Amino acid sequence: MQSVAIRVALAAVLGLAASAASAQTLNTVKSRGVLNCGSNGTLAGFGLPDAQGRWTGLDVDFCRALAAAIFNDPSKVKFVPLTAKDRFTALQSGEVDVLARNTTWTSSRDTTLGLNFIGVNYYDGQGFMVRKALKVNSALELNDAAACVQQGTTTELNLADYFRANKMKLKTVTFATSTEAVKAYDAGRCDAYTTDASGLAGERLRLANANDHIILPEIISKEPLGPVVRHGDDQWFDIVKWTHYAMVNAEELGVTKANVDDQLKSDKPDVKRLLGSEGKHGEALGLANDWAYRILKHVGNYGEVFERNVGQGSELKIARGLNALWTKGGLQYAPPIR
Amino acid sequence: MNPSTGPVTTGAFETAKPKAPLIYNPKVRGIAFQVLLCAAIAFLAWGAISNAVENLARANVASGFGFWDQTAGFDISQTLIDYATTSTYGRAFWVGLLNTLLVAGLGVVFATILGFVVGIARLSRNWLVARMAGFYVETIRNLPLLLQLLFWYNAVLKALPGVRESLAIPGGGFLNNRGLFLPKPELLPGAHWMQAALVCGIAGAIVFGVWARRRQDRTGERAPVLWVTLALVIALPLVVFALSGFPLQFQYPESGRFNIRGGVEVLPELMALLFGLVIYTAAFIAEVVRAGILSVPKGQTEAAYSLGLRPGPTLRLVVVPQAMRVIVPPLTSQYLNLTKNSSLAVAIGYPDLVQIFAGTVLNQTGQAVEVIVITMAVYLTISLVTSGLMNLYNRRVALVER
Repeated sequence: MQSVAIRVALAAVLGLAASAASAQTLNTVKSRGVLNCGSNGTLAGFGLPDAQGRWTGLDVDFCRALAAAIFNDPSKVKFVPLTAKDRFTALQSGEVDVLARNTTWTSSRDTTLGLNFIGVNYYDGQGFMVRKALKVNSALELNDAAACVQQGTTTELNLADYFRANKMKLKTVTFATSTEAVKAYDAGRCDAYTTDASGLAGERLRLANANDHIILPEIISKEPLGPVVRHGDDQWFDIVKWTHYAMVNAEELGVTKANVDDQLKSDKPDVKRLLGSEGKHGEALGLANDWAYRILKHVGNYGEVFERNVGQGSELKIARGLNALWTKGGLQYAPPIR
Repeated sequence: MNPSTGPVTTGAFETAKPKAPLIYNPKVRGIAFQVLLCAAIAFLAWGAISNAVENLARANVASGFGFWDQTAGFDISQTLIDYATTSTYGRAFWVGLLNTLLVAGLGVVFATILGFVVGIARLSRNWLVARMAGFYVETIRNLPLLLQLLFWYNAVLKALPGVRESLAIPGGGFLNNRGLFLPKPELLPGAHWMQAALVCGIAGAIVFGVWARRRQDRTGERAPVLWVTLALVIALPLVVFALSGFPLQFQYPESGRFNIRGGVEVLPELMALLFGLVIYTAAFIAEVVRAGILSVPKGQTEAAYSLGLRPGPTLRLVVVPQAMRVIVPPLTSQYLNLTKNSSLAVAIGYPDLVQIFAGTVLNQTGQAVEVIVITMAVYLTISLVTSGLMNLYNRRVALVER
């Protein structure tokens, strides 16, 4: 199987390659001419190729923005679909340059896995989906239920914690991929399917009869999702981090894909610094000075990407909620470019 | 030096057989090359290990086996030993290993039975039986096992009713797409008499068997070993069981709010995996058995008949022992394949060693190298033990040339 192959490959790579892929990720990416982006591949709204093989999603657009910043061409991305179980191994072994795959930021992943989270591009929390026919209105009524869950996720651990904390019994059936877990839930193997709330919204729409299923109100965990890079290459870490911040800052400043050319003539110092007509902020990152202009021109700001993939412009219709800008009651906040 | 007793040192002899330099001595050279090769391999291995350690340290990835005693925090659907989410990763490893051994052990037994039946059926004189066995073998062994497992899993889930429409099994069991639920027998305090009777019965049967064999070797008289064994091992404990007042009760499964509680639970994942592995491996075993039986020349049967042996003893004493010599070595390979193939469990959610340990534990700890090395060592050990046992058996049935 692919997963085993990746892990054996990792063991071999770690064992035999004297130089681990640590520093100089930017140079590697530039000389390769394409960014390798670890993606979901099965999650609507975050990473999913359509019938024509064109990828869409919030995380997918993040990688496009990164490619735009580096190459001035958002199409220079190779999306590598990864399961939850294999994603960290693929990043550690250098198979991908960045992992943008709705990955929860936790302390152990940030420390013992040798990875760095660049920030949070989606604030999420874990929820449950059940059949309407069960007449369950709260997750607290799920004592003794069977839950289908995807392996290698924080979901697996939160689920056990939640049931333990509430003194409820649980039967967990664990599957290697979310596709298999949802299929088993749909076939009646489990009473509930659990994953991040955003994922539930996407999976529900892919079920045969979406209206037979409801998402329970409880959110049982904090799931700050963000892109991840390898520990040890600070330059690359900065580039990926500021790609996200540039998109958030652009939304705050009102710079959009449509008006970015007009904004080049703006007098506002913040906008001038963002778009590179003032200061050397891009060059300090090791990129061209108009790096943020490229991102906005090709991909758009954070709000546009959000609405297009998971918000009102998508079939998921998720409200901004925690992901609104800090100026609008949400948590998305970016340090200033100066 | 006395030339008559000392080593040959005369000049004449030396010219006749010049002492070659050590490097041209084939024995020395052979050993030297092997030492060099071993050193090269050891150097490569050392290099790989030290590189891995260094790279892991540089990438800030945790290494070592400290994770073994850390709390796992995840749940497992089938545990043969006590396990809770507060147990350690080490405990999760044992749970996974036992689940692997369970499915491999059951699989080997059932695959052997089914394989022998199909293999013999394929040699049947009945046209329909032989053709059906042939069709089974040719279909099953030519389809990828992973597809068969997915097929069986979906077949099990789709064909069985939902939990609310469970099929009631006579005697208090249930069958639905959450699994097979059977009454769980529980021995009451008085049952130790029966257990003692069972132990005595088995010991008695062994003693009687040895005595009967010795007597037959000495006098040629045969004792009814089968009947005596059955009486001692089955009837005796049953009688004691009845006399002590049937000290047994059943814990019956009952429906709860969502699921069926209590009793013995057989997961649909286990059923599907077992179905898939048994049906797949039995097709190969059937061919092994057929080949073994065909390898015994017909003259052997005819010779046995001419000595006055009836068909039953002919098969048991003449044909099967000779066929086993051909069957056992490839049969061992099939057992090993079945055990290793059980790692495909991960595709259908059965919590075997690969799914729990090389899956969840690896992901949660991030220690790919350690976890994969342990997993490989476990499969290697299981395989070597299996083939060791089969080799012991093979030595007993192998041709003893006198």
